[in-house]
Amino acid sequence: MIPAPTDTETPPPALSEYRRREQSIDIAPVGEQLVGSDQNKTTEELLTLNFGPHHPATHGVLRLLVTLQGEVVRDLKPIVGYVHTGIEKTAEDKAYWKVIPIVERMDYLSYYFNAMAYIGAVEALLEVEVPTRAQYLRVIHLELNRIASHLIWLGTSALDLGATSIFLYCLRERELILDLFEMSSGARMHTRYFQVGGVIEDIPAGFARKLREFLKVMPERAGEYGAILNANEIVLQRLRGTCPLDAQTLLGLGVTGPLLRAAGNPWDLRKAAPYSSYEDFEFKIPVGTVGDNYDRFAVRLAEIYESVKIVEQALDGLPEGPHITTDRKVALPPRHELATSMEALIHHFKLVTEGFRVPPGEMYYPIESPRGELGCYVRSDGSSKPARVHMRDPSFVNLQALAPMCRGNYIADMIATTAMLDPILGGIDR
Amino acid sequence: MPDATGLELLAKELGDAALETVYYRSRATVLVDPAQIRAVLAKLRGQGYAFLASVHGVDHYPEEPRLGVVYELLDMSRVDRVAVKLRVPTDAPRVESVTADWPTANHQEREIFDMFGVVFEGHPDLRRILMPEDYEGHPQRRDFPIGGEPVIFTRDEAKWLEARE
Repeated sequence: MIPAPTDTETPPPALSEYRRREQSIDIAPVGEQLVGSDQNKTTEELLTLNFGPHHPATHGVLRLLVTLQGEVVRDLKPIVGYVHTGIEKTAEDKAYWKVIPIVERMDYLSYYFNAMAYIGAVEALLEVEVPTRAQYLRVIHLELNRIASHLIWLGTSALDLGATSIFLYCLRERELILDLFEMSSGARMHTRYFQVGGVIEDIPAGFARKLREFLKVMPERAGEYGAILNANEIVLQRLRGTCPLDAQTLLGLGVTGPLLRAAGNPWDLRKAAPYSSYEDFEFKIPVGTVGDNYDRFAVRLAEIYESVKIVEQALDGLPEGPHITTDRKVALPPRHELATSMEALIHHFKLVTEGFRVPPGEMYYPIESPRGELGCYVRSDGSSKPARVHMRDPSFVNLQALAPMCRGNYIADMIATTAMLDPILGGIDR
Repeated sequence: MPDATGLELLAKELGDAALETVYYRSRATVLVDPAQIRAVLAKLRGQGYAFLASVHGVDHYPEEPRLGVVYELLDMSRVDRVAVKLRVPTDAPRVESVTADWPTANHQEREIFDMFGVVFEGHPDLRRILMPEDYEGHPQRRDFPIGGEPVIFTRDEAKWLEARE
């Protein structure tokens, strides 16, 4: 263990010491039982394999130190931090509304979710009412984002399993979603569309029509993906029955989201503790049975259909009304008011220069991201900048389940399991 | 979240381990004695809060004791959350690790050790997780400055070693 840090400490070890320690990271003791029929232990020896951080199958800059016995994974240590950019530290130096674009860059495939978790915590501290129309617009964008995130997962996972064409199909559909995002916010990624109190702008004319076209196309295409992969013997053999983990172990490890649902536990925050009007929509929670890689795949594929259903209902039931709160202390006044109203000008000036102040307190706001419970902890000290922003990122927590899943399985299954775990390194390292 | 009365009842169950309760914006927090954190969490698990959703580190600079650790507990059957918080000073930032009871705390305690310098005693593998292993200081502390961070490339390693001596 590393000794306790004190202020009057001896100088820290030199860099070469770091290199030495890096190379001496401990490996787990070998179990007694060997996989397969080869029981000739005398010829076996352990091999420590460094996997990543730059490897196409790690889905980002993830490094795994794998202890191998032949082809069997005996232990595995994830090493992360390669894309740590100090977003949480930077957030403490910015006004509340300027934090939104930087938290969006944590988990770069589900930017709307990052923004939602952070904004939800700030709104709870401020006690701002969010208009129903804004809540529905948020749901539309969140669910579209969930589909886009699952599409990237499906495409890259299929690549890992050797299916190249699926990746191109998935990106084709994701492009349609990004076009919709561009329409509503002007940006394809990291849109900064959600604001404290609502969304920055109402959806433009033509958005609904284009969205409906997409909603018609998406289930058909998802059906095609399912048809391609479910008829592929290689994919099925690599997914079925590989690296299962039971729900109880997963809960102990803090794993949530599709991974937990694949093991048969239907825990979904959208149903259990609805936020942003999710209680208004009818949808099912897909669950698996054994929690193997195939279930993880099937649950996410089924979630795409459910997300389409939610977006359809939100679009049909989209109520009239303002798209952002009328509370001028937190939301910018409309542009036309600035020319005629002195108050509007003052509010605008105060918001843009200093930002709004948030009453002191702490808040934790959990939502269901494509990867599980994404929670944002915000501590306010009463100033216009947050005193602490911490994201409970599901990828960071779920990564702990990789070693128990892979232990005792073949290294080829480890590749498939890493893909089905769906870790996003931007979210892990923040 | 339990309501304000429920929180008081919960704190009563914890006995002298509970120092203070905060009920704010429908969020229930119990401030507990750092020495008894494992017992407190075990007791709350018995009350149904069997899922540790998250562990946060927080710095209350300049208030003392400065460093805080927040455990977010969740009862999945009643969909009820309660936060358990403890505060430790920077000159003795020692807390007992709960990783043995809650395996999910492993990565999160490492993160808090890395970012705030809270030492979790009994943690199986307490190393830095996000920052490089030879990094000095704990960057999420409020008195840690932003900026001026040199980029250390491996090719410059000899130069950095010299500069340090």
